[in-house]
Amino acid sequence: MTPLLQVRDLHASYGSTRVLHGLDFALEEKGVTTLLGGNGAGKTTTLRALCGMIERRGEITFAGRSIARASTEDIVRMGVAHVPDGRGTFVRLTVEENLELGAITRRDRRAIAADLERVYGYFPILQKRRSQQAGTLSGGEQQMLAIGRALMLRPRLMLLDEPSFGLAPRVVQELFAILSTLNKDEGVSLLLVEQNATVALDLADHAYLVETGRIVFSGAARDIRQNEKIRRSYLGY
Amino acid sequence: MELLLQQILAGIATGTIYACIALAIVMTYQTIGHLNFAQGEMAMFSTFLAWQLIQWGLPYWTAFALTVALSFAGGVLIERIVLRPIHNAPVLSHVAVFIGLLAILNSLAGFIWDFNVKPFPTPFGTAPLIANGFIDAHQAGMIAVTILLLAFLYGFFRFTRVGLAMRASANDPVSARLVGIRVGWMAALGWGMAAAIGAVAGMMIAPIVFLEPNMMLGVLLYGFAGAVLGGLGSPAGAVIGGLIVGVVENLAGTFIPVVGGELKFTIALAIIVAVLVMKPQGLFGRPVLHRV
Repeated sequence: MTPLLQVRDLHASYGSTRVLHGLDFALEEKGVTTLLGGNGAGKTTTLRALCGMIERRGEITFAGRSIARASTEDIVRMGVAHVPDGRGTFVRLTVEENLELGAITRRDRRAIAADLERVYGYFPILQKRRSQQAGTLSGGEQQMLAIGRALMLRPRLMLLDEPSFGLAPRVVQELFAILSTLNKDEGVSLLLVEQNATVALDLADHAYLVETGRIVFSGAARDIRQNEKIRRSYLGY
Repeated sequence: MELLLQQILAGIATGTIYACIALAIVMTYQTIGHLNFAQGEMAMFSTFLAWQLIQWGLPYWTAFALTVALSFAGGVLIERIVLRPIHNAPVLSHVAVFIGLLAILNSLAGFIWDFNVKPFPTPFGTAPLIANGFIDAHQAGMIAVTILLLAFLYGFFRFTRVGLAMRASANDPVSARLVGIRVGWMAALGWGMAAAIGAVAGMMIAPIVFLEPNMMLGVLLYGFAGAVLGGLGSPAGAVIGGLIVGVVENLAGTFIPVVGGELKFTIALAIIVAVLVMKPQGLFGRPVLHRV
């Protein structure tokens, strides 16, 4: 079976600063893959390069089609939802408008209304705050809103940029439980970028370690979790 | 007392036009982050278009609708052809382009239709609205048209998906692209709508200031004052700001002897300077709520 997402020799740079130096990785359909690494390793850049937010070079295949030259808007339309670094909340709009925007490329109004209820089912707090300005939500609530907004696309693949960042451990646990449900029950594939290796490895089935724009190790998440040497030298715990 | 009431009503009537121009300015400001100095000349050009259509024998409201549609298309084209290529360029490039547009439209209108002052028809008539009424039919018509326009815009932005997409693009262009919105086209749409709003304002004010290539100079200045007063980040604020400027202008011209008709322009500039010094975000452009 060909993987859902296949990346070969991915290069990217900000202006003249080269950040990615030829990344190779793949993600199976309905799988959870995590990219681990410290600050500045190039994890966020990888996600940005995947969905065309920055200049990139290399081969990117999604669901059998090359997306290396596609625009961000078109990649979204193929079913790739990006939960960005910093959550990307539309702070001046209401919570419900934020969620509706997640489905802005869809035309099936009735299914959209059903999906809105489904998201509220996952995150009841968002329903309570539906008409509130989204900028007034707490960090955890904004992260839920970002994931809810991504779900409104009915994505095949969700890119998650450090969803645990800045959240209390209990909230992180709650959030990752929901991500696991999304993956298992709804079959959404997840590409998860994390500094918090513990939670990421619990959720993922496959992991890559990224260092200064290169993949330095890859393997089953289970193996990495149990490999003390790698944990010590790359993940710092 | 009667004079005061009459002046306030007349101020609101002209204020609606400033409100429209202020709104057009705020709309383009929200999509591209720059003040469009050519907004007034675009409205002037639209008004000449309407005049030409009426000269060719079209009924007023047909010409009106056609002008709004053509202006919308013209606004979209200007964004696509002139502004799209420079959307990442620094402020000064934009300023240069706007001044260029202003000069081009101004002299083009003069070249096609000459610089002689022309009367422009009103569909409402100039009789007093009611016997001994404070305002005439045209002023009342201006107010009514503006109310309709604002109601339409409110409905569009509040209840349609395109309206939501445009608000999202103005709020956060990067996130808007991440949900699949074609942000560039939303900017073009914003320009089209601003041009259409300006066209309505031009056609409404032309019977009062008369039609000529420089007719919108003063109006634009008052529109800017209204936009700055209400807050450049707030469309509703721009409308209220425009109305306030209209009333203040009229009252000052009537009741402060020194000001009279001669110094009315100065009021707009005084408002701009005073607001920028004392409350730079404007009356309604409150800072965005943010919890960290």
